[in-house]
Amino acid sequence: MASIGAVATAPLRARKAGENSPASIGFLVTLWVAVAVAMICLLTLLVTAFVDGYPRLDGALFTRYSSRVIPETAGARAAILGSMWVIGTTALLAIPLGIAAGVYLEEFADEQRWYNRLIEVNLQNLAAVPAIVYGMLTAGFALAIGLERRVVLAGAIALSLLILPVIIITTREALRAVPAEIRQGSLALGATPLQTVWRQTLPSALPGVATGTILALSRALGEAAPLLLLGGLVFVSYDPNGLMSGFTTLPIQIFSWTGQPQEEFQELASAAIIVLLGLLLLMNALAIIIRNRYQRHW
Amino acid sequence: MSTFSTRTAEAHTAYTSTGRPMTSEDADAASRGPVPAGAARHFGPESTPSPGDRASQLPNKPIGVISCEDVDIFYSRFRAVTGVSLDFGRNEITALIGPSGCGKSTVLRALNRMNDLIPGARVTGRITYHGQDIYGSDVDPIEVRRRIGMVFQKPNPFPKSIYANIAYGPKVVGMKVDSMDDIVEEALTRAALWDEVKDKLKESAYGLSGGQQQRLCIARTIAVNPEVILMDEPCSALDPIATSRIEDLMDELRQEYTIIIVTHNMQQAARVADRTAFFTAKASEETGDRTGELVEYDVTAKMFGNPSDSRTEAYISGRFG
Ligand SMILES: Nc1ncnc2c1ncn2[C@@H]1O[C@H](COP(=O)(O)OP(=O)(O)O)[C@@H](O)[C@H]1O
Ligand SMILES: [Mg+2]
Repeated sequence: MASIGAVATAPLRARKAGENSPASIGFLVTLWVAVAVAMICLLTLLVTAFVDGYPRLDGALFTRYSSRVIPETAGARAAILGSMWVIGTTALLAIPLGIAAGVYLEEFADEQRWYNRLIEVNLQNLAAVPAIVYGMLTAGFALAIGLERRVVLAGAIALSLLILPVIIITTREALRAVPAEIRQGSLALGATPLQTVWRQTLPSALPGVATGTILALSRALGEAAPLLLLGGLVFVSYDPNGLMSGFTTLPIQIFSWTGQPQEEFQELASAAIIVLLGLLLLMNALAIIIRNRYQRHW
Repeated sequence: MSTFSTRTAEAHTAYTSTGRPMTSEDADAASRGPVPAGAARHFGPESTPSPGDRASQLPNKPIGVISCEDVDIFYSRFRAVTGVSLDFGRNEITALIGPSGCGKSTVLRALNRMNDLIPGARVTGRITYHGQDIYGSDVDPIEVRRRIGMVFQKPNPFPKSIYANIAYGPKVVGMKVDSMDDIVEEALTRAALWDEVKDKLKESAYGLSGGQQQRLCIARTIAVNPEVILMDEPCSALDPIATSRIEDLMDELRQEYTIIIVTHNMQQAARVADRTAFFTAKASEETGDRTGELVEYDVTAKMFGNPSDSRTEAYISGRFG
């Protein structure tokens, strides 16, 4: 029977040609090409948007309303304000709900119960549902309760539904990363489970929750489909002034301008794209800063 | 500066005789009790008699603060521990020793209902605290954990300042506090940590060494004024010097607290414990479960010098050579 032989004392073998074989090289080249294609697409997009939009990145873009006929002096004022209203309302709706749901599922729900398991499975699926479906859901819901579909509140509901699963999932992940020892330490002192969550677990998880939430909101900011489905207005020449106010948002405005035949509208759209990209970049940067500065590595 | 109460024997008797369920008023009543004249003496050098001196002072039978009567502990269907009956004596250090997996931690967690946090964990038999069944339907597990504190194997300070680590307990249990600063100072002093941290109370507890963190966890436990402190292998993550500091500390704490310590280190048990309980695990014929049981429980000197059970003897001599 074979047994473990003597200690190997032969000289170390020379490096195999493996790394330089045609198959390895082919594989590497494929990887590089894939990266290059992605980068080139992204760069083209950015550069053309910049080149086209830069001349229109002026004060009028921020201060003037859109126009159907004179693109030269039209602006995205209503869209920028509309985006702020909708995203602000979305944040107010989705953040407390999402965090509360995440805390319940992670800290209190009994995983043995069928209904909790059902929620669990559905959450994963919901996060993958196309955005437009949430628009349809909200439209149906608005109809049922007699809410006007084209107002800030309806848009915010659609976007909240869209990002709720993401917020819940990131909240749970952030909570799960907090070591069980912290909870035990708190409970062993005579703290209640609720005090433990409120004063220890959740604060420890907050950087992770904040990062995930900001990323989710930035996704909502760039979303047009569900709002279009709600019949989002493409032409607004007033400042939105409340939850029941009609509105348009940057993505909708961009969508509508790019549909216009005039060259000037294309430039205007490019300028608005730059603004939108800038906002998204800012939010993502904020998320990264929070993660790097406050995220704890246990 | 004694904001802490020293729980006196009188306070306990008064408490037990009422037979009321545990409420925070009881603890507060106890905490307002008179501070004995000798309180300061606890930190003096003469307060650490060698175990030899103490053995002669021990009552023959422990005055049970916590008593187990025929306790079985299950994790779902699995019977982890069976037939445990013993009394943990007031102001004594009791060590639980035995091979790993024999259920020492399981027993310890059952004593302050930390087992409740493990889904499927279940206790049968009776565990009483001053005669009151801690698993009784009218008993609040939160209150049990406040009276019977716990220090864990791995130091687990909260990710907060040293000060906040201590202040947390009194805050959450709603202790009536005149001066939190005094509580923090006294708890840290009792845990022999004050001198090392008094200039950096606002700094993160994570900046402390492992041994300091563990003493912080002890201080944090002391701050809510428990009567019993459970320690689950509190030194297993520490170096020998930090370990010896914790052992000295336990020796001082014995004056005021009842301490129950799980340890895999038999020398440690021999050094610090007044009484020692030896557990072992036996495979059941029917189910094949390895179920822990109490083999022998006696004064430490007797356990290590002249055990009555051959299994204790084998275990002890196996390790001591
Ligand atoms: N949370 C748990 N769930 C299920 N079984 C457990 C759990 N904790 C411990 N056990 C089992 O209970 C037995 C006793 O474990 P434990 O009390 O940790 O032993 P010790 O502390 O003496 O090493 C072991 O067989 C262990 O596998
Ligand atoms: Mg253990």
